Formats: sequence, structure tokens, C-alpha cells
Amino acid sequence: MSTAVQDPARPAAPSSEPRAAAPAAERQRSWWHLPAGLTVLALAALLVFGLRAPVGRGTSFRIAAPGDLNPGGILPGDVALPAGGTAIVCAILCLLIAGVLWFFAATSRALGRRARIALIVVFGLLWITAFLAWAFSGSTVDLGSLLQTMMVLAVPLAFGSLSGVLSERAGVVNIAIEGQLLFGAFGAVLVGSLTGSVWLGLIAAPIMALVIGALLALFAIGYQVQQIIVGVVLNVFAIGITSFFYGTVMQQDPTRYNQPMRLPIISIPVLSDIPVIGRVLFEQNILVYLMWIIVAVLTVALFRTRWGLRVRSVGEHPRAADTVGIDVNRTRWSNVLLGSAVAGLGGATLTIGTGVAFGEEMSSGKGYIALAAMILGRYHPVGALLAALLFAFADALQLRLGTLPSGSGAGIPSQFLLMLPYIVTLFAVAGVVGRVRVPAADGEPYVKQ
Amino acid sequence: MSQAIEGSARPVAPGTANEPTPPASEENARREDAATLLQRIARGNVLVVVLAFVFAFLIGSILILVASAEVRAAAGYLFARPADTFRAAWDAITGAYAAMFRGSVFDLQGFTRVREDLESRGGSGSYVWGPALLRGFKPLLETLTVATPLIIASIGMAVSFRSGLFNIGGTGQLIVGAVAAGFVGFAVSLPPVIHVLVCIAAAIIAGGLYGGLAGFLKARFGASEVITTIMLNWIAVYGLAYALTTSAFTGANKAQPTSPSVGENAVLPLIAGSQNRLHLGLLIAVLAAVFLWWLMSRSAMGFRFRAVGSNPRAAEVAGIDVGRSAIGVMFAAGALVGLAGGVHILGTEHRLTGNVAGSIGFDAITVALLGRSGPLGIVLAGILFAGLSTGGRFMESNQSVPLDLVQVIQALVVLFIAAPPLVRYLVGLRSVDRPGAPRARGRRAASPAAAAPAPSGSSAAPASSSAPEPRSAGTDTKGGTA
Repeated sequence: MSTAVQDPARPAAPSSEPRAAAPAAERQRSWWHLPAGLTVLALAALLVFGLRAPVGRGTSFRIAAPGDLNPGGILPGDVALPAGGTAIVCAILCLLIAGVLWFFAATSRALGRRARIALIVVFGLLWITAFLAWAFSGSTVDLGSLLQTMMVLAVPLAFGSLSGVLSERAGVVNIAIEGQLLFGAFGAVLVGSLTGSVWLGLIAAPIMALVIGALLALFAIGYQVQQIIVGVVLNVFAIGITSFFYGTVMQQDPTRYNQPMRLPIISIPVLSDIPVIGRVLFEQNILVYLMWIIVAVLTVALFRTRWGLRVRSVGEHPRAADTVGIDVNRTRWSNVLLGSAVAGLGGATLTIGTGVAFGEEMSSGKGYIALAAMILGRYHPVGALLAALLFAFADALQLRLGTLPSGSGAGIPSQFLLMLPYIVTLFAVAGVVGRVRVPAADGEPYVKQ
Repeated sequence: MSQAIEGSARPVAPGTANEPTPPASEENARREDAATLLQRIARGNVLVVVLAFVFAFLIGSILILVASAEVRAAAGYLFARPADTFRAAWDAITGAYAAMFRGSVFDLQGFTRVREDLESRGGSGSYVWGPALLRGFKPLLETLTVATPLIIASIGMAVSFRSGLFNIGGTGQLIVGAVAAGFVGFAVSLPPVIHVLVCIAAAIIAGGLYGGLAGFLKARFGASEVITTIMLNWIAVYGLAYALTTSAFTGANKAQPTSPSVGENAVLPLIAGSQNRLHLGLLIAVLAAVFLWWLMSRSAMGFRFRAVGSNPRAAEVAGIDVGRSAIGVMFAAGALVGLAGGVHILGTEHRLTGNVAGSIGFDAITVALLGRSGPLGIVLAGILFAGLSTGGRFMESNQSVPLDLVQVIQALVVLFIAAPPLVRYLVGLRSVDRPGAPRARGRRAASPAAAAPAPSGSSAAPASSSAPEPRSAGTDTKGGTA
């Protein structure tokens, strides 16, 4: 764990020089980045969300929906708050947090890592509340369904970024996540429709995605072609081939080859009735549960088992790994294949997970966002999952805001809402993360001497 | 030499024509070299390129067969009447590829029609042949029109690839360039010539700034340019969509998400008659190719870019500011891609629409890779890709084979060309790569990695040391010591 999630107090050194991190006591050249960034964000929240919110309009937050497990009405149903006031209060609290961070950074005083992360998380929550109060003014924020949408959107991203983690930890750059998702989605619908069984479709998705994984491994490991090139070209290939079959075979006979099917929802009794998080966590299809399991298993496997140590050593220093008898290229092959199978499950989420038929280019850039999530999550399964949830939240927000009844809301043009996930990614990658320590041998082919 | 080739049944013939022949003075060494010469041919780039196309089109044929309803129907009774299946398969494949040729290079039907028409009206000689040929080559001129922005954008991509940065942001930079050129084109009124130049300058500056933004984020915050450029693509796409809802961009008709046409003085003049869309942008594309050669092979700035690209740490030790170089590279790359957007709008499109960039931004990546980031290679690859897509479009309407087939073929060509050993393996020339001796094997195994993105063709030999591999420093030593 410690190798992956670096101390945010100490921005990781550039990848070329992993061991050059300055002592903690010394102030970094970039010590002011984080407080400055947070101050700007807080000021923006105050000026835009707080002061420009429509006067006299309220925003209600729905916490417990009718029918939820809510003994004695502990949780209130709808909480109505004044839009402007809420945003102003939240923004001022945000400013205070930024001030605290300024103080600690400027005086070079050490702030515990946990305290620091907690402060940043609280900042994020307050900022989002301010945004919600402003953007949904005059309407209701249904937190439960917002999170539910987020979950549905997060699953393909999470699977995709786990695929990235698997192969990049072993030193193979995986730009082809997009293609793997697309092949998974395509295979799931095709096999599911042909056999009439959605479960066979679920099995077919990872197998189909293995095709892209195998091609990536063949070219990147076997023939040592530049890995980013292979990835980009494989994405073009995957888009081309799936669109081709979509345009010909699937359109000629949609009922036979491209039928919308849906995995059954597995609802865990009692737990699924918990307000807000119940449906999100305990009333999902098998893919969502599988995602949690894979994240947990991968975290343990990568950082607590011999296999994980080998994988990471192959990604960090293949020559050393080779010297102690680890078959570098074989490890890379198996990891790339495993990763593509995981991404294939993510692809299955796009079609049989949500009950829609296959569509041309239906992954629509999700593979690249998954890649960003992986980097933002610092090549760690849990980090990748959290980053995927963040992007999915931005996306879910965009969807919800797009369907607001007219007359309410802040009237943000829909195009800017559509931009939202990408802007969040940009800020996250550039602002918050900074330099992530990439596995040292990531992207470098290994030639045995 | 020729005997050796004829004697071998191996399909090496396509490469022979372009292989350099050894000087006559080496009479004695010639016989001994016969075997190695064969190997050289087998290793040559021309053979690999030709075979890459052969394989890509073969796989494309399989796709056509699978997609064709007639073939599948005939295959249903394959054992009863096998000839039907083969005839249907042959018709499907030849129909598709003939349509592709007709749509991209030469339209024989159009040529014949115009010729007969003119001859029936009593014309003869050049009076007939001129217009008829012009009509016959109309698809080729259209191909060149499509190739123009593609080539310029690919040159921008090549600048970044050769400097070790992976600029995936072609779409965004292209859109920004097109928006800048288009806006100056329709919102401002200037005298002839000056107006075009101002529009082009606007496109260059806008694209450069947008690309430079990604470079800045990399230099200042260490954000991976692969991610930031992709995100900037989407931001540009939606930004353009928003702009086309404002009255500043749509003009009077606000309901229509298109801008007014650019002013008459801002249009790039047509250069192949009013029947064809080919415009002066082609000249700009050629100039851009020359600029790429000058920048990367002759200028001090290009030297710094390449130094950073091949080994950032060594460059830093040598006193090159790596961060500033990243900004410079991305600015130059973005400026060129923005220029492509400007040329596209001033020459071909004339007005902004939501989909003005099309797939040029992404195709440019593949073209730059196929052209191995060298000027001549990019021009050829750009024309080739444009031909495939114009031909593919005609094939789609004429034979109802989806255009996506072209995308598959393009991807396969690039993949095959990037891995010459695979191509040779597929035609049974495996011995070239693995003659048994570990020494030779190591050398061959290492070289594709070093040479894949770098221009290894004769056209761009000076840059062969500048493969866009940020951390490839070890590869060369591996190859050398193996």
C-alpha cells in the first residue's frame, strides 16, 4: 500500500528520479500549490455558487425516500435549505480549511497525513454541497438516485482502470482499455443474443476482450512496438471492427444478433432498504458486486502476496526480476491478458449490465477516462476505484442537471455540463495529483540478454 | 542478383525494384553476398510495407465476406453448390475494392462518359482528353483535398512524437484552430490576401496556445499529456457545440447550429477548376512538410526537442530546460494542427459546424505513425489514408460495405508496419529474424522497438535517432551489446 499511495504531503518526485524526494522537513518548491488551488476553488464557490444563486429560492436534499428502512423517522425525508445561504456557508467553511492548510504549509509545520486527507475530503464534500445547492436551486436533489446513477456509470470506469492497474504494474502501458471495453460490450451482446442467455454473454465479454489484450501483448511484448502506439491503433481497430459488424450483421437482423438483455438485479434483503446508500451498495447486478470483489482481491494480491511482489518487480525493474528467476515477459503477458479480461467485464456493464443493445462506439471515450482514473488513483486498485467514482459522480451530476425541469436550477448550458467530467479530470490530473510515480519500467520492452 | 531472386519461390519480388543494387565494382563480393542480399530485401522496408497492405486487405476481405448477406446465404448450401459461395465471395470482395479504387483514384465510368459525350459533339484531341481526364481523376483530386488537412495535422503530431510527447489532442487543437480561423473569416472584413493570412495566423496561434496548455500542464504540474490532451479534446468539442448556440457564432439564424460562411476574401482559392474542391491548402501542406524537415533536422530548437525526446535526463544534464521544451513542442504541434483546422475551414468547409473536425485529429495520429514521423512518409501516408477514406465512402454508398472497414484496414496496416518481424513471420521468412545465432536474434529483436516510431525509411533518415520513446535510452545499448 505504501508504495502506491504516496504521502500527499510530499508530492512524488518526477518519474525519472524516484529517489530524489526531499526530506519531509524541508519545504518543497511546490508547497503552495495545494493551498492556493483550494483557495481559488473556495473563492469560486463563494462568488459563483454563493453570491450568484437566485435569491429566495431553496434547494431540498432528499435523504430518505418513502419505503426506506427508517425506523421512527430518524432521518428526515426532504431537507429544504436556502440555495444561496447554504452555498455561502459551505464556501466560507471551504475558505477556512484552505486557510488552515496555508498556515501549516507556510510555517513548515507538519500536519498529520490523516488529518490532511480528512481536511481535503471535508473540503470536497462542502464544495460539492455548495455546488449542488446552487445548481439544483428550486428543485430537489435526490441523493440516493444520484449515487445510484454514479454507481452505474462508475462500474465500467472502475473495471477499465483496474485493467490498467494490472498491466501497468507489470510495465505494459495499456491505452487499449477503450478497445477492450468495446469488445467486451460487443461480445456480451452478440453471444447473449445468439444463445439467448445473458449469463453466457457475461462469460463471453472477458473472452472477447482477451482478443484485444492478446494483440496488445503480442505487439507490445512480443514485437516490442512502442506501447502507446499499439494501444491507440488497437482502439482504432476495435472501433472499426465493432462498428463494421454493427453496421452489417447486427443491423441486418437485430433480434438475432443485437438484442437488449439485462443481468438480473440481486437485491440483498434489509440492507438494500437503508436510506441513500442501500440501493447503491446492495441492490445491483452481479457485475457491481464482482467489481468490489476484484478491487479487494487485487489490493491484497498486488501488495500482500508473492505474485504481487513479482508483478511489481517486473514493472519496476525487469532486469532485477529476471536475475532472480522471474520470467518477465511471461508475467507481462499474463497480466495484460488478465487485465483485458477485467476490462471486458467493464464492457459487459455497458450493454448487458444496463440493459441496452450494442451501439456504434458506445464506449465513447470511457476507456481514456478509465486511464485517467488509474493515474489519478496512483496505480492502486482502491485509488483507481475512488477516482472512477469521482468521474462517475461528475457524469451523474451532468445527467441529473440535464433533466432538471425548466425554470429551476442555475441554467448552466448543457454543453458545459457535458464538459464537466472532463474538466474534473483535467483539474484532478493537473492540480491535485501532480506528479504520480509511474512504475519505473512502464512502457519499456524487456529484452533478455 | 536477379537470378537469385527468380530462383527463390519466396514472395520477395515486390521489394526488389526499389532495393539499391550493389555497385558493379564489387564483382567478387557479389556472389558471396547473394544470400545476405536476399536477407536485406527480406528485411527491407518496402517489402514490409507492401506485405502489410496485402495482409490488411486480406483481413479486410474476410470481414467483407462475413458481412455480406449474399455470401452467408450461399454458404448455407456450401456443400450442395460450392461454386455459388465462391462466386458470391469473389463478387463481394472485388466489388468492394473496385468501388474503393473508383472512389479514390480514377473513375473510369466518368471518364468514358465525358469522353463519349464530347466526341459525340464533334470534339477531338486535347479538347476531349483534357476534360475527360479531369473528370476521370476527379476522385484523386478529392483524395488530395481530403489529404490536405490530414497531412498538416499529421505533421503537427510528428513534431510531438519525435520529441517524446504523445499528443492525442489533435481533435481539440484542430477545432480550436478551425474556430479561430472561421471566426476571423466571417466576423471580420479585410482586403484580399491579407484576410486569408490573418485567418491562418489566428488558427496557428489558437491551436498553438491550446496545445501549449497541455505542454504547460505537463511542465508545471507533471500531468501526463496523454490524459490532458484527451480531456482537452472533449472540452473543445463541447465548447464548439456551445459556441454554435450563441449569436456571435451563428449569426442571424440562431436555431441552426452552423456559422455563416467565411468571407470571400478569406477563402483559399481553388487550384483545379471549379468542379473540384482542391484548394491552395495543398501547397500549405507541402510547405508544412518542408517546415517539419527544417524544424527537426536543421534548427537548434528541433535539436533540443529531439534531445529531450530521446533522453530527457541526458538533455537536462546538457543544459536543456526540459519543461520549456515540453511547452515549446506542444505549442509547435498544436500550432500545426490548428493550421490544419484553419486550412480545412478556409479551403473545404467554409463554415463551422459541430462536426467540423471529423476524425482528422485521430487519423492524424495513425498517419504520423505510418509515415514514421518523417515529412515524405507523412505526405505519402496522408494521401494514402485520404484515398482509403474517400474510396471507402464511395464503397459505402455503392456497395453498402460500411466505411468502418477502412478504419480496420488502416489500423492493421499501421500494426503490421510497426512489427516487421511479424510480417516476415507470416510469409515464412522467419529465418531472417531468427537465423539461429543469438547475436543476430538480439539485434533484430531490439531494433523494431527503436525503429518503430522513428523514420527508418530513406526519406527521413536523419531523424532515425529520435524515436519518440521517452525512456528508450536502454534499448539501444541492449541492441548493441546483445
